[in-house]
Amino acid sequence: MDDLLKFTYAVDGDNFTSAGQASVNVKKNLRQLGFDAETIRRVSIAMYEGEINMVIHAGGGNAEVFVKDDCIEIVLTDNGPGIANVEQAMQEGFSTAPDNIRSLGFGAGMGLPNMKRYTDSMTIESEVGKGTKITMKVLL
Amino acid sequence: MTVRQLANNEGFEALALPEEDRVIDGVYIGDLLSWVMGRAKADNAWITIMSNINIVAVASLADVACIVLAENVSPEQKVIDMANAKGINIIKSALTAYEVAVLLSKNN
Ligand SMILES: Nc1ncnc2c1ncn2[C@@H]1O[C@H](COP(=O)(O)OP(=O)(O)OP(=O)(O)O)[C@@H](O)[C@H]1O
Ligand SMILES: [Mg+2]
Repeated sequence: MDDLLKFTYAVDGDNFTSAGQASVNVKKNLRQLGFDAETIRRVSIAMYEGEINMVIHAGGGNAEVFVKDDCIEIVLTDNGPGIANVEQAMQEGFSTAPDNIRSLGFGAGMGLPNMKRYTDSMTIESEVGKGTKITMKVLL
Repeated sequence: MTVRQLANNEGFEALALPEEDRVIDGVYIGDLLSWVMGRAKADNAWITIMSNINIVAVASLADVACIVLAENVSPEQKVIDMANAKGINIIKSALTAYEVAVLLSKNN
């Protein structure tokens, strides 16, 4: 199927102040396109969690959002350390976030579970030492 | 109650009110950001003691009506500037999270 629209963002790995900007921008774009509030909320929260994970755990990465006829697809790609045990990472409460990150309010181990909960499908491809690719879809 | 009406209460101070007419519907209390993202509902007043810059993005994406910083927690000026730029309301209160929630509950 043809992509109707595509947004691409480079997510900076060492700038916490701007972390989340890509997601906030996607939210704005989807609102301008006239999507309903709940769809926008689901897409932008799922993307934010993934974006923050790339900043905290992977030193940054790349985010792409495709607006299609039947869904909005979010693809997050990084060249970080990868996730050794995806099943464990997906559990609520599991986190390897260091203390300085926890003091900012991150590290509850709820990000990946939120991404799954707010989207209709989510796949994680990850290789230790190479990186991680997460694909999420919210059906329209 | 609107965000402006909440800010007008004794012991409350408006730090950023770019969307002062937003109506508050319900309350969420929490400091762990992913927990808030997962559980807070749109139009909630989000009561927290977390004041770093990331609360602005969380409030925007979770679509809460406002952030209420309890117990007189004060954010840095750049957080207030960012909130104004992104249309996020921030109110500071001398009350505890519990007391703010009770006040909101009485007025709903
Ligand atoms: N892109 C990534 N690259 C490498 N590891 C990751 C990545 N995303 C997640 N992880 C790993 O999976 C764990 C769980 O991620 P999750 O988002 O659920 O929690 P968290 O980021 O630690 O805390 P929270 O999201 O609640 O602030 C992380 O602690 C980290 O070990
Ligand atoms: Mg996370």
